[in-house]
Parts: sequence; C-alpha cells; structure tokens
Amino acid sequence: MSDLVAAIPLWDWLVEPLQYGFLRQAIWVSAFVGFVCAALSCYITLKGWSLMGDAVSHAVVPGVVVAYALNIPFAVGAFLFGFGATVAIGYVKSKTRLKEDAVIGVVFTGFFAFGIVLVTKIPSNIDLFHILFGNVLGISQQDIVQTLIAGVITLTVIFLRRKDLLLFCFDPNHAKAIGLNTEFIYYTLLSVLALTIVTALQTAGIILVIAMLVTPGSIAYLLTDRFDHMLGISIASSVFSCVLGTYLSYHFDVSTGGSIVVLLTLLFVITMVFAPRYGILAQRSKQRSNPIAAEAQGQELSRDQA
Amino acid sequence: MKDMQSTTSTLNITVDDLSVTYSNARLALYNANCTVEAGTITGLVGPNGSGKSTLFKSIMGFLQPSQGQIRVGGFPVQKAQKRQLMAYVPQADEVDWNFPINVFDVVMMGRYGYMNLLRIPSAKDRRLVMESLERVNMSDFRHRQIGELSGGQKKRAFLARALAQEGKVILLDEPFTGVDVKTEKRMIDLLMQLRQEGHTILVSTHDLASISTFCDRTILLNQTILASGTTAETFTEENLAMTFGGLPVSSLRQKSRQSEAEV
Repeated sequence: MSDLVAAIPLWDWLVEPLQYGFLRQAIWVSAFVGFVCAALSCYITLKGWSLMGDAVSHAVVPGVVVAYALNIPFAVGAFLFGFGATVAIGYVKSKTRLKEDAVIGVVFTGFFAFGIVLVTKIPSNIDLFHILFGNVLGISQQDIVQTLIAGVITLTVIFLRRKDLLLFCFDPNHAKAIGLNTEFIYYTLLSVLALTIVTALQTAGIILVIAMLVTPGSIAYLLTDRFDHMLGISIASSVFSCVLGTYLSYHFDVSTGGSIVVLLTLLFVITMVFAPRYGILAQRSKQRSNPIAAEAQGQELSRDQA
Repeated sequence: MKDMQSTTSTLNITVDDLSVTYSNARLALYNANCTVEAGTITGLVGPNGSGKSTLFKSIMGFLQPSQGQIRVGGFPVQKAQKRQLMAYVPQADEVDWNFPINVFDVVMMGRYGYMNLLRIPSAKDRRLVMESLERVNMSDFRHRQIGELSGGQKKRAFLARALAQEGKVILLDEPFTGVDVKTEKRMIDLLMQLRQEGHTILVSTHDLASISTFCDRTILLNQTILASGTTAETFTEENLAMTFGGLPVSSLRQKSRQSEAEV
C-alpha cells in the first residue's frame, strides 16, 4: 500500500511534463536526431573519422550565419559549408606534405573562426549560444522540418548504400580492386556526415554533436562483433539517452544537449567497465586466468590449422 | 590483338617503363619493365623497401604511377578492375582484424562487383561464396569474426574472397608471413591447382626458400627490375647478390641508361 502511495508522485513526475506540447515535441525530435546520429556513428567510429566529424560540425557555423543573412534555410548553408570544409581538407592534403590531422585542424578552425567573425558583424537574430549548444526545447516548426528532411535523406542514403559504405570502411583497397568508385563512396560518406550534423545542429549544438556521432558507435563496438548488432545497440543507447536527457533537462532546468551527452558518456563508462567481452573487468579476469586460457586457445588454433 | 587476349582463358600483366614517386619526392620505383606471363605462378622477390609493394599497388591501381603503363590481359588497370579480372589478397597488417565482420561476409565482398547497386546477393553469389570457402577448408569457420582466426585461417579467408571474385589474375602480397609450414604447403597446392585452371598468379615474398618449389618464373626487384625469367634462369647467385646485397652503383647507372636508350 505504501509502495503505491510512493509510486504516485513518481508517476506524476514522469507524466506531468508530457502535457506540454513543446516538451513532447522536443522529445521526439531529439529521439529522431539520436536515431540518425547513431546509425552513422557506427560507420564513423569504424572508419576512424571522429576528428573529421568534429571538423565538419565546426565548419558549418559560417554557413548558418550566411543562410540567415540571405534568408535561405539554415540547413542549406550549413550543409554547403560543412561539405565544403571536407573538400577543402582533401584538397589541402593532396597538395601539401602535411599530415591529415594537421590539415583538418587548420581548415576547421579557420571555418569556425570565420563564422564567429560573421556572427558578431552581420546583424541578425542568431543566438551564438544556441548554435554552439543547441536549443531543442525552443525549436521552431520551420527548423523541425529542416531537421526531418536532412535526417530522412541521411537515413535513406545510409540504408541504400550500407554495404558499399561498410566495405569502404573495412577494405577500401578491395573496393577499388573490384572496380567500385571509391572516390564517390568517400564523398558519399562525407556528405552524409555533413547532413547528419545539420540534423543534430538544433538538438545538440555544434560543440556536442561530435559526441552523438562517436559515443553510441563506441558503446556498441565494445559490446559486439557483429555489425547488425552494433547498429541496433548504437541506436538503442542513443535514442534512450536523447529521450531521457531531454526529459531530465526540463526537470532540472539544465542544458538539453549537455544532459544527453552526459547520459551517453555514463553509458559509455558503464560499458567500458562491464562489457562482457571487451570491458575492463572482463579483460582483467581473462588476464588472471591467462595461463590456462592461453594454452587452451593455442591448442584450439593448432587444431584448426591441422 | 587486345580483344584476342581477352577472349582467351589466361591473362598476362605487362609493366612498361613504370616509375612511381611518393609525395615526399622519394623515387620508389623507376623504369620498371616486366611481364608476368599468362597462366604462370610468378614470384616477385626483393628485400624490404625494394618497391615490391609499390609495384603491387601500381598493378592493382591503388597508386597512380608518375610514368609508364600497366596492362592486364591487354586492358588498362581500371578496365580490368571493372571486368573483375584481378583479385587481391592483402598483407595481414593491412587488415583491421577487430572489424565487426565475419568470414562469410568478407568472402561475399568478393562478389560485390557482380551485384547491382544495392549489393543484394543472388543464389549464385551465395553458392560461389560457399564453394570458395570449401576450397580453402574454411566452411566451418564462416560465422567467426575475422579476428578470432589463426594466421593461416586469416590468409585462407582472404584467398576465398579472391576465389569468389573469380578473377583470372590473383595477386598475393606476402601470403606466407605468419603462416605455419603446413598451411603454407596447402596454400601452395591450391595455387598450383589454380594455375592449372588458367589463373595467372603473382606472389610477392621475401622468403627465398619456397620460391623454387612453386614459382615457374621469378622477378627480382630492387628499386627497378633487376632480372626476370624462369626461376631456374633468374635464381643465380649473382642475381640474388645484386638484389639483396649492396647494389653496385655502376650496374645501376648502366641499367637506367639502358632503359633510357630503349625509350
């Protein structure tokens, strides 16, 4: 009986916010964004493109400002500048002897700085804080439409080209050897990356979007050796964090993007420690029982070869 | 002539005056001329850093040569790739063994070039994948993640991918490193079978001992082609000393002058 009484406030606490339309809307928008980011996240983590993701997310800033100034959809400007930055990175890398990380560092900070200069010079009602950290609770209908369009295009491209993208991440040389256009696949993945960042711009903001692109895939990678499972785990952890994070940000009146990423990071830490096979504890216990395990494995290997 | 060659069952590789320069301006390979005869097993031999991988990557089209021409069965490399003429078995350290993919899916990637853009495998694709796995005795391991395999099994998995691709030309880059003697022997048996079936096989290796047991022809390489011909002809003490020992500068100069004269 007392359990029931205690449960009622909790129930109220859970349901009460849902009567606000803006919050329901924020929750499903961020769940959608979490879904899109998590799908791409698997490819980005396997390809080792986290830094590229960071670069693209920063490079969209001037695009957003220019778009507002010219009165065109922010998604268009953001995509053009994000994708343009990746082309610039490719060009500088092929023309100089610099290593890729240096080129990425130079190009994206350049784009970002240019954006900051524009924001402070061009008169507009853009709130720099919202671009940097997202503002899904105050998202406008127009922005939701743009988010949806960018997200649906991204998901469609990933779904249709998933096998080639995976081959490109795994073995680009083989892709070339069987006559696939690897340049085209490279730019496909980059443009999808730019589109995903456009999708997540309103929810997470450009500073935190990289977490949405790297953490879900990393969590999943520690939990499985199968790509389809990886995709499922990545999406589940991301959507969970986005929904709960948005919810908590309302309750505790904190940044939405911030609480989503804090939750994702918590999930990551738990996974890193407790993952059944690749977690720190599992690795440690494997080491402890090492002599026997190593021997057994050795026997197995020699049997396989026989 | 070119079309004739494409309809016959075996294909050769011709490398004509090939030079490759890396972006740090280091010349990796210069004025390389050689022919990999159709229907042979040819060994590509040279010390580390001799340009073996560079020549391999140029033949596979992974590198853009700064000069020269390569033809496979009379076709330029890109055309040959589009026609699925060439299969490549990579070195062990070129592969990310932690990638979440199993053996069956790796071998299926050999068939992508035959599929439509969505890469949906047909019954034929599945059959060929299973047959290829059986040929290398890997059927039982098809559901294993690739990192769980032993050194020899890893090689066999990628050899199965090359078989599934049905390329007439197969290039193997250092296939015997990290492989035990038993597996090496079985792989060599399989390569000899494939030659029987009309495949042209190019194997790069720095393991001199096994060359004479299975290579019909040998190409000796150190920055340029030093010798090429049947293994018996090529494997002379003098040639090997020239390839692996300190290269006498005079012979180098002569070589390059000769090839310049030919041009």
